[in-house]
Amino acid sequence: MKISNIFSKKNRILLRELVVTDFKLRYQGSVLGYLWSLLKPLMLFAILYIVFAKILKLGKDVEHYPVYLLTGMVMWTFFTEATSQGMSAIVSSGGLIRKINFPKYIIVISGTISALINFLLNLVVVFIFMIINGVNLHWSLTLLPLVIIELYVFSLAIAFLLSAMYVKFRDMSHIWEIILQGAFYATPILYPVTTVIGVSPLFAKLLLLNPMAQIIQDARYCLITHQSVTVTNLIDNPLVSILPYIFVVMLIFIASWYFKKNQKYFAENV
Amino acid sequence: MVKGDNQSVIIVKNLYKSFKLPHEQHNGFKQFIINFAKRKKGYEVQRVLNDINFDVKKGEFFGIVGRNGSGKSTLLKLLAGIYTPDKGLIQVNGSLTPFIELGVGFNPELTGRENIYLNGALLGFSRVDMLDMYDEIVDFAELGKFIDQKLKNYSSGMQVRLAFSIAIRAKSDILILDEVLAVGDADFQKKCLNVFRSLKKEGRTIILVTHDMANVEKFCDRALVINEGKAIAVTTPSEASKIYSKLNIDESKPVDIPELKKDINRWGSGDIKIKNVSINNSRNVVSPIINFGDDLNIIVEIEKNDKYKNEAYDIGLAIINQDNITVAGPNSLGLDLGTEDDIIMYSLKKSPLQPGDYNLTVAIFDKESGEPFDFYNNAMSFHVVSDKPAQGVVEIGGVWSTK
Repeated sequence: MKISNIFSKKNRILLRELVVTDFKLRYQGSVLGYLWSLLKPLMLFAILYIVFAKILKLGKDVEHYPVYLLTGMVMWTFFTEATSQGMSAIVSSGGLIRKINFPKYIIVISGTISALINFLLNLVVVFIFMIINGVNLHWSLTLLPLVIIELYVFSLAIAFLLSAMYVKFRDMSHIWEIILQGAFYATPILYPVTTVIGVSPLFAKLLLLNPMAQIIQDARYCLITHQSVTVTNLIDNPLVSILPYIFVVMLIFIASWYFKKNQKYFAENV
Repeated sequence: MVKGDNQSVIIVKNLYKSFKLPHEQHNGFKQFIINFAKRKKGYEVQRVLNDINFDVKKGEFFGIVGRNGSGKSTLLKLLAGIYTPDKGLIQVNGSLTPFIELGVGFNPELTGRENIYLNGALLGFSRVDMLDMYDEIVDFAELGKFIDQKLKNYSSGMQVRLAFSIAIRAKSDILILDEVLAVGDADFQKKCLNVFRSLKKEGRTIILVTHDMANVEKFCDRALVINEGKAIAVTTPSEASKIYSKLNIDESKPVDIPELKKDINRWGSGDIKIKNVSINNSRNVVSPIINFGDDLNIIVEIEKNDKYKNEAYDIGLAIINQDNITVAGPNSLGLDLGTEDDIIMYSLKKSPLQPGDYNLTVAIFDKESGEPFDFYNNAMSFHVVSDKPAQGVVEIGGVWSTK
């Protein structure tokens, strides 16, 4: 995978068609069509708000908790969608791979891009609620794109790894489903990090070394409130707090290498 | 023969490919772990291609022929870069577009128009490129007003036409076509053939993979015959055709001929036995169904007892139609068939047999005494088909005119 080749004209054309097709097919035959991309996060927000903010009364000490919650949820949804769609991308285009030779990573990227488009639409909803909730915008908002890039790279790396493994081991989809469920609770999405610090500060630090926790907390810091606990303000040693970022960078290299090594045999194994 | 310069566009050297065939479904961790624990491989290695060597020159129309399972599709996928060789070299100079299957990536839920763009993108065309070609594609595919309907509502013929008309726009140096002609109706096939002719005129390098020798002889400059993973020959189409039909005869299964015994349908001494009777047509395809007016070759395979290896014999046939009329009864009396060969062929150029069902009786006699070795009533049946109705027993070939 030469970097210069990834976005050659031919590959861009193909990527575009694949994404467009996927988007067209996703909402085909539904009355509201694309509107669902916006309606789904709205509905999700309504449920989360009622259950966690009103009934369970979680996050009372967190500023703008409903938006805080929604941000975490929206980012987690993207992570789940991108990795799951990316994982099945190679196997579900088996028919294509067996008949024509083209760069396989395009299909994995295409799977994650549809999730990315959904995510960006969801972010619009997040912004609307931020305004309704009276969130003060900070200069740190300009750092949000960096966080999104990290989130995307992390999801793509996992998608590359999983998609190549899934060709050989079909159990992967079930295993990943379980891991995702576990990881959902190992990531501070529903509960605020401050609750964890109250129980065990060491545990909270370990928790934030998980890249998803780091990413979500960084996003909340940029978007909602500077009271959000991030890996850099919880762990004093910069050599430790930089670990999740380094992990993401290393993972994308390892995943690309693994994918490249295995892609030669996709056509005969898929 | 199209003379290009002598530059090779494809060079294949010492090519090997094998597949791992799993013993059981092994796409899971469980099996993987079990096999790993038992230090068992869990698969069998099947060698599909064994030391293949050939090259294709620029501007050549090159055929690859082989029976089903001979490895020709694997070879094709290796050329197209879909599979990776185990060993050996494949060098391709120039852009190459494979058509392993027409309409790759077609989605039944999209309209014809949307599918044109998608399929085009797989071939490397942008939307702008496709817009320029759009009208031509729709015209050639004869789709007209159907173009904005979903593909799932198309007939199979319409889908094939659409796929083919996109495929032939690919402006690559080398085109690989796999059995493209096997689909579509007669009209469409004629169109394809015209396209082939014009491609050939343009001097593009084309590789045609097929089991139909007629197309190889019609278009190809050279052909590779492949059998059981080995390249048998790279030669002229007519030579390839001979080799290929011999392969077919050798491998065709006996038509379930029972052991020779004395009954009303089969009698004789059995010293020379009829082992197999088959029929093939002008394209060397073994089939009991032939088109009216096509060449008809009756192939009889015999088996001799050791003592009769050098015994002279005569053979007789009787072609009996559905009204029980013996239409013809050719025999070898007065001819010398020799004694070395065990395959005898009776060839009829442009068979005059009218459409219908026929029975074939075959008999082998001792040349001196006239005693039957094997007299086999209704050894096989065959059918002559035609889309035109006809009367009578044979076509007598007269010419109509008016004055």
